[in-house]
Amino acid sequence: MKRAIFNDRLLPYLLLGPQLIVTLVFFIWPSGEAIWQSMLLEDAFGGSSRFVWFRNFERLFDDEGYWASFETTAIFSIAVATIGLALALLLATTADRSLRGAGAYRSLLIWPYAVAPAVAGVLWGFLFNPGAGLLPYYLNLMGVAWNHQINGNQALLLVIAAACWNQVSYNFVFFLAGLQSIPRALIEAAAIDGAGPGRRFWSIVFPLLAPTGFFLLVVNIIYAFFGTFGIIDALTKGGPARSTEILVYKVYSDGFRGQDFGGSAAQSAILMGIVVVLTVVQFRFIERRIHY
Amino acid sequence: MATLQLKDVRKSYGSLEVIHGVNLEIADGELVVLVGPSGCGKSTLLRMIAGLERVSAGTVAIGGKVVNEREPKDRDIAMVFQNYALYPHMTVFDNMAYGLRNRRTPREEIEVRVRDAARILELDEYLERTPRQLSGGQRQRVAMGRAIVRKPAVFLFDEPLSNLDAKLRVHMRVEIRRLQQALRTTSVYVTHDQVEAMTLADRLVVMNKGVAEQVGSPVEVYERPATTFVASFIGSPAMNFLPVSVNGESRTLTLRGGQPLTSLDSPSPAQDIIVGIRPEDIHLQPNGQGEAVRLVVGIDLVEVLGADSVLHGRLVGSEDRIMARLPGIHRIRAGESLPLFVAPDRFHYFLQSGRRMAQQ
Repeated sequence: MKRAIFNDRLLPYLLLGPQLIVTLVFFIWPSGEAIWQSMLLEDAFGGSSRFVWFRNFERLFDDEGYWASFETTAIFSIAVATIGLALALLLATTADRSLRGAGAYRSLLIWPYAVAPAVAGVLWGFLFNPGAGLLPYYLNLMGVAWNHQINGNQALLLVIAAACWNQVSYNFVFFLAGLQSIPRALIEAAAIDGAGPGRRFWSIVFPLLAPTGFFLLVVNIIYAFFGTFGIIDALTKGGPARSTEILVYKVYSDGFRGQDFGGSAAQSAILMGIVVVLTVVQFRFIERRIHY
Repeated sequence: MATLQLKDVRKSYGSLEVIHGVNLEIADGELVVLVGPSGCGKSTLLRMIAGLERVSAGTVAIGGKVVNEREPKDRDIAMVFQNYALYPHMTVFDNMAYGLRNRRTPREEIEVRVRDAARILELDEYLERTPRQLSGGQRQRVAMGRAIVRKPAVFLFDEPLSNLDAKLRVHMRVEIRRLQQALRTTSVYVTHDQVEAMTLADRLVVMNKGVAEQVGSPVEVYERPATTFVASFIGSPAMNFLPVSVNGESRTLTLRGGQPLTSLDSPSPAQDIIVGIRPEDIHLQPNGQGEAVRLVVGIDLVEVLGADSVLHGRLVGSEDRIMARLPGIHRIRAGESLPLFVAPDRFHYFLQSGRRMAQQ
């Protein structure tokens, strides 16, 4: 690392200042407020509040609905991460071959990432609208009665599909870059060494993609935890019967719809803790990451 | 152990043909070097033998069997790549064992073969390391080890030494030659380095623009280059070329400045020709036996290499560029004019087309 020497004592602070102010105003302050609020009990009209230590947390952990939301989140994020990664890897290995039109195919695959999650939610909502949607019509013909507005499992499936679709492009770009950084000669050497395409993939390509894969896994879990709010809000609003209410959505619905500010703040404090853990895991890993 | 035959092998990309029909027969145990400048098609040819590139036309046969349609793994070959292509996530042992495991070789035999190869290549202590922890020369040896444990019919080398520094390159060159002589495995070796080519080859294939310009032993190629391209590519510094006019009756060759050079023994062609002189055939004194041609050269640069000195200059009269390589150190200054001597039997004669004249 290059070490710069500043003669002016003020200059470093001046240069760091803007970033520090942004962090302070938009992150530290609101987070502090949230943590403070998580220990307050407030009446629904915001008239008075009382400091109650950790009672909001105790209440949360005793709440079956909160644990149910944890379970939903786990199913949702594991599904989004595994399906999103597997699909992206499949697409990337296909796009890595020098086929005619590969360029067009690659750019088309990147497009869904440009669609904002809320917009993606609306699009999928139209497609799967039980009354007017195109796909429920065909599903009906095949004997599947589709109505995600009353069937919780279908609703969960739908938000998983929409969330994956939105994220696959991002994963695809990273996997494709990872694949292209594997020297061709390695694959050729393996081919001469008697490995067929399947064995080449599992014994050479896959291990060399592992660092990329792990990075994407963390990013995808964070995405499933937090980035999917828009999709869920536009598609199901957490319903039906809270079947798609993941933790981050519960923060919103308990706080802004349920007017339980203390409980909502306690939930966001827990979520913050989860983000911290995930980030530490990711950085730890990136530091130890093997550079070939 | 096997022979290798190429029959009119061609490669085209769309309508663009890059290899224009190469014929080559390689005997069992022979080491053939494909040499040429970059873009001459030598690597493409090697990759076609390996099965990494499709053969557009013609046949490649290993051990008498045409292998055009066979996958690389079914050709019984091993290849050493320019950048080694070691599997970075595997230990040295696993790198060497990979090919054997893919062929379901019994575990004990893998162990024996890899240990043998490691001993030959002095890699015993490094078997548990990953390629990242090895030096360039050691990686090179692992790549060789990966090839030899398989005991293939043919070794293919694609510029295996070009990533090493000069000293190590000389060392590994000798090791490769020694190893190949010990194993007597048919080998094809691609390089752009003429010293590597001359020292390693049983036979040389000099390639230019997708054509094998000359096939022969290193000495043959050096002594009787078939074309001006081969003459300039093999030998360092490159051969001097002097355009001369031919007098039909007296068969006298005259330099552009009017100086008569020598006369031909055989019937002379009705056109101007090119006389080639190797820099090392030029001397400060006439060489005792026989006549010597005297060339006066205006020196403009002297490179002293220690073992010998290279003079650069122009012929007085014709202004043709000329280089001379004299043994030892010479304190000749730029700007001087010197008489230099060449024995006419060291002349090479080429037609305007670049082909060697059919005579002598």
